[in-house]
Formats: sequence, structure tokens, C-alpha cells
Amino acid sequence: MSTTPVPTAPQSGDDTEEKPKLDVRQQIRRIVQGDLSSVRVILGLVVIALIFQVQESRFLSAQNLTNLMLQITTIGLISVGIVYVLLLGEIDLSVGAVSGLGGAVMVVLNVKHGWNPYLAIAAAVATGAAIGCAQGFLFSRFVVPSFVVTLAGLLTWQGALLQVLGQTGSLNVTDPKITGLANIFYSNTTGWIIAVVCIVAYGLVLGIGYRRRVAAGLGDSNPLPQIFRFVVIAAIVIGAVAIFNASRGVPLAVLILLGFVIGMEYVVQTTTFGRHVFAVGGSDEAARRAGIRVNGVRVAVFTISGSMAAVGGVMAASRLFAVNQNSGGNELLLLAIAGPVIAGTSLFGGRGSVWTALLGALVIGSISNGMDLLGLASPIKYMVTGGVLLLAVLVDAVAKQQRQTRGRA
Amino acid sequence: MSPDQPLLQLEGISKHFGPVHALDRVDFAVSAGEVVGLVGDNGAGKSTLVKVIAGINSADSGTIRYEGEEVSIHKPQDATNLGIATVYQDLALCDNLDVVANLFLGSEERLGGPGVLTRQLDEVDMENRAGDLLSNLAVTIPSLRSEVGTLSGGQRQQVAVARSLLGEPKVVMLDEPTAALGVPQTKQVLGLIKRLRERGLGVVVISHNLVDVFEVCDRIFVLRLGRASGDFAATEVTEEHVVAAITGLGNNAGARAEVAEEKAEAADGGAEGEKA
Repeated sequence: MSTTPVPTAPQSGDDTEEKPKLDVRQQIRRIVQGDLSSVRVILGLVVIALIFQVQESRFLSAQNLTNLMLQITTIGLISVGIVYVLLLGEIDLSVGAVSGLGGAVMVVLNVKHGWNPYLAIAAAVATGAAIGCAQGFLFSRFVVPSFVVTLAGLLTWQGALLQVLGQTGSLNVTDPKITGLANIFYSNTTGWIIAVVCIVAYGLVLGIGYRRRVAAGLGDSNPLPQIFRFVVIAAIVIGAVAIFNASRGVPLAVLILLGFVIGMEYVVQTTTFGRHVFAVGGSDEAARRAGIRVNGVRVAVFTISGSMAAVGGVMAASRLFAVNQNSGGNELLLLAIAGPVIAGTSLFGGRGSVWTALLGALVIGSISNGMDLLGLASPIKYMVTGGVLLLAVLVDAVAKQQRQTRGRA
Repeated sequence: MSPDQPLLQLEGISKHFGPVHALDRVDFAVSAGEVVGLVGDNGAGKSTLVKVIAGINSADSGTIRYEGEEVSIHKPQDATNLGIATVYQDLALCDNLDVVANLFLGSEERLGGPGVLTRQLDEVDMENRAGDLLSNLAVTIPSLRSEVGTLSGGQRQQVAVARSLLGEPKVVMLDEPTAALGVPQTKQVLGLIKRLRERGLGVVVISHNLVDVFEVCDRIFVLRLGRASGDFAATEVTEEHVVAAITGLGNNAGARAEVAEEKAEAADGGAEGEKA
């Protein structure tokens, strides 16, 4: 957001309020500075898209972009929880297994026990929440590294998945309420209504915040950065809906993902709890001395992580119409962690945003999707994804060093 | 409370850690609008004394009076509630958060209306209050929204001191506020301490740096091996006297003479000084 200069009165007691002059360059820097790492990732996405588009003209087709968005919902939802854990400077290795277990709990309750689909989904998410809560408690109460607690969790919940699935090893889900989550597409008209509602809501949020700041005499009264933000977001929304409408329409799954990203971003950036998450991630000792219940924050964050993993598992089961012994396995865990890190959330805690869950999933999803289109084999896919992760972390580390030297100079 | 009565007064404070006498019948006082330098060699009991006042350790014996009333301080919250704030040497700041967030950490302002449900932060109000506070103290930082990690050591110290003032304390204790700071930064921090005095706060400064102590303190209180070994008016004592009281070496008669002269003003310190 914008910055407020503090009146500087070096030695004397008088503090004359001087408004700094804002030139255009400063204005641009202000726009870019807040989301510098996001801008970098978006540039990376553009490069990836161009490379694949040159090789295979179907990559940027509406059809494929819709597919891509559906492919990243599971990983994106799991990453939302992972962002919270990363903000604490911790790690949760159990999210893959928990997502598989969550999906299985839902399907078993719905198919084998005939539960109402919404109740089954709620039970799945509650399972994830309970698991996360337990792991968070063990980690914070007994000061065991989160790495170890959740590694034990990974094995335990994988076993639980096999147990829940029983002899068959695979269960199909047919309930339309559940499969609809990933397979409902809205009509063109509904799509545009959604777009208008989103844009108007965003404009209101920006406008109200801006008016409050100006009324309070904070920041400069130049609305240009806000207008710039608004135009960019509005353009993205309109473009996205146009693309979805050119194919099958706006998918419910994407709305669910966006809803969680926006909601959890709101929590982490604007609420007291979110502030405390950042504080514990920055310095748990400072947070403790400030009277923050550090262990409470930790348990809450791991609960969120477990819940989001289960939500991702529900989404995966809905999209694949089934759960099996492999659900939540393979590279899902590692990609869900790699995504936010690629997009700029620090592994060391205290820096990042929930948007990185979406951006990171987009980067990973694009690479995977593009290489599938090109018919490349798995070994190549893994190595390329690994290379991108390494590159992203290196770029981030270099940027951080530069920022620090400049900041201290 | 009579005008010349100390704001905070400790009498006969003792603290033992096993066989070690960390503090032995120490009398200490700080008045409103007064800066007291607390000096002494490593292990002299400075930190223990501060921790007793801050409620981290309780004293084994002795009484604490605050604004003339006898009080008991058993936990940090007790001290905070009385109006005693402490800034420790490690500052306890979150480097990844900006100045406003650090100032209000743990006591954030919240929005009314629908934001109550999510305990939404009132950033505008916090930024306003932070701006007022920092400009009143003439604290020099580049921006309220700079990350604390990018600030210089002196600026960080000033932010930490400013944060301690948000609870409107009457006594502020600073642990080595100028350690590891450069000359201009030290000057900034000392300037801030003087402004705390102007605001009528009682300030206790622990320091190893006698130059800084003489620059900013009204009174210098010396601890040696857990006992008070001197209590001087800063304007009426030389550095040699203070060093002699700290080390216990050299001619201590000078220090005693100073104490005798000050007896009227600092009767408690004088008694300890003669024992030492």
C-alpha cells in the first residue's frame, strides 16, 4: 500500500509537516514495489506461455486454458493452507496424504454409508481440520520440529487412507452434488454477471479504503495507483470470463478456488489473526513478548492447513469421479509446497501472500500442461519443474539481498 | 503523593539464585522526569534489578513502592499494569513487519462494524496514532510503512522505545540502548531519552558506556557484586569516581565523600554506599 512519510526533525523538537513531492517515477515504483515478486512471477508466466504457444498453438486456446484452470484447483487449494504454514516458517508434509484421506472420507460416507453429500464434504473437511489441529498441537506443545510431526503424519494418514478405502482400493463417486463441484460450468450470461459483481465489489473495496485514508489525512490524495490497480484487475476478470465463455463457461471449481484465495488473503492481510501469523513467522520471541499466544496461532495455522488439504482432496475426488489408493500421493505434496515458493512466499517465514498459492499453481500447472501437450515424458516434466523451482528461489534470494543492501544503505 | 517523592522506590531488595547473592539489600529509586543510569560490571546485578522491577523475577525480600503505595510485582503483566515498561537489549521487534505493525503488535486497533467478526485491523487509526507518537518524539525513520528489518540500529531502538510508550507508562527501563550503535545513531537515541524526560517519565538506563551515561543521566546508580556501591548526581561526580565504584578498586573514599554530600537527596543510596 502507499507509504506515509514521517516528519523528520533530527535534533530539534519542532516537527514541521512537509509533504514530499511525488514525481512520476516514484509513483510507478510505488505501484510495482508492493507486488514486485508477483510482477516477476507474472512475467515468468508470460514467458512460459509464449514458449509453449510457439511450440503448440493449442496451448493458449480457450479450451486448454479452461482445462489448465481445472487442473490447478486441487493443488491451488492445498497451497492456500501451505502459505499459512510457510508464513510461520514451518512446513506441513502431511497435506498430500490428508487431501487423499479427506477425499476418501467424503466418498466412503457418501457412497457406502449414504450420507448427504454436503454432510460428507463437511465431515471430510472436519477430518482435515482435526488432523491439522492435532499435528499443530504436537508440534507446538512438545516443540518437535513440524517437519518430523508432519512426516509422521504423512505415513499415518496414508495408512488411514488405505484403511478407509478397504478391500476395493478404489471407489467411484456418482453423486451429482459432489461431482458438480468440478464439473459445473456457468452459462455465458451468468459468467458476465459474475464478472460485473466481482469488478464492482473490488471497486467498492478500493474506493472505501482510499476514502478512509484520505479522510484521515494519510498518504497522498493521488488516486492514480488505485485506479491503475482497479483497471488491471478489471481487465484480468473480463479477459478470464471471455476465455471461459469461449469454451465451456466459467467453472464452479475456479470460483471455489478464487473464493478461498481471496478469503484467506483477506484473513492474513487485514485481520488481527493474520497479523499475528506474520509476527510469529518473523520472530516468535517478539510475538510472545508482545502478548500473542504463539502456540494458539501455530495450532490454528496447522488446522487451516489440514482443512485446506481436505478441501483440495474433495475437489480432486470430484474432478476424477473417484478416490483410490494413490489419491493425494505422487508429487502432489511437493508441488503444493513448491507453488507458493516459486511465486515468492518465503520458506523461512514472515513473507508472502495467499495469491502466491494461485500464481504458483498456475506456473506449475502451465509447465505440466504444456509439456503434456507437447507429449513430453514424465522424467522431463519433473526435471523442468525442478529447474523452475530452483530458478525461482534463486531469483528471490538475489532480490532479497539487493533489497536488504539498499534498505540499509 | 508529594512532589519530591520518587515515582518508583525499592527498599532492601534481595534476590538469591541458590548460593549467589544477585542482589543484596539494594535501595533504588527513580522520580518523574528523572533519568537514572544503572551501571556496574558484568554480574553486578543490573539485569537482576531490572528483572525484579519488570516482574520477570520476584525479589526474595524487600519492598517496592510505586507512587508511594506498596505494590507487589510477580509477573510482567503486573509491571505493565502499574505503568512500568521495559525495552530489552534484543528489542523484540519483528523484522518482517513495518513500523506501524511493530508498534501495535499484540495490542492492535480493530475496526468497528462488520469487521468485528473477523477482528479486522484498523490500519488507518494505527497509522495515525503511530504518526502522532513518532513525530511527538521526533523519531527519525524513513516511513511508517518501512519494514523494521531495513532500519538502522538506532532507528530500531527508537521504534522499540516508542512502542513501550503506547501503554502510557510512567517508568521506562532501557537495557543497553546504545550498545553497538554508531555515533550519530547513539546521538539520536540519547536525544529520544531526553525527550522522555521532558515528557515527565522516569527513565532507567542500563549502560556500560559511561560517556553516554554522563551525557543523558541525572543520577548514576552503581551496583557492585549485588550491592549498591554508589549513587551520584551526574553533574557532581567525575568518571573516575564512578569507575572506582564499579570496580571497587582505587580510592573509594572519594565516592563515599560524594555520597555523604548527597545524603539529603539520596539517603537510601548513601547508606548502601557506606556499607560497601
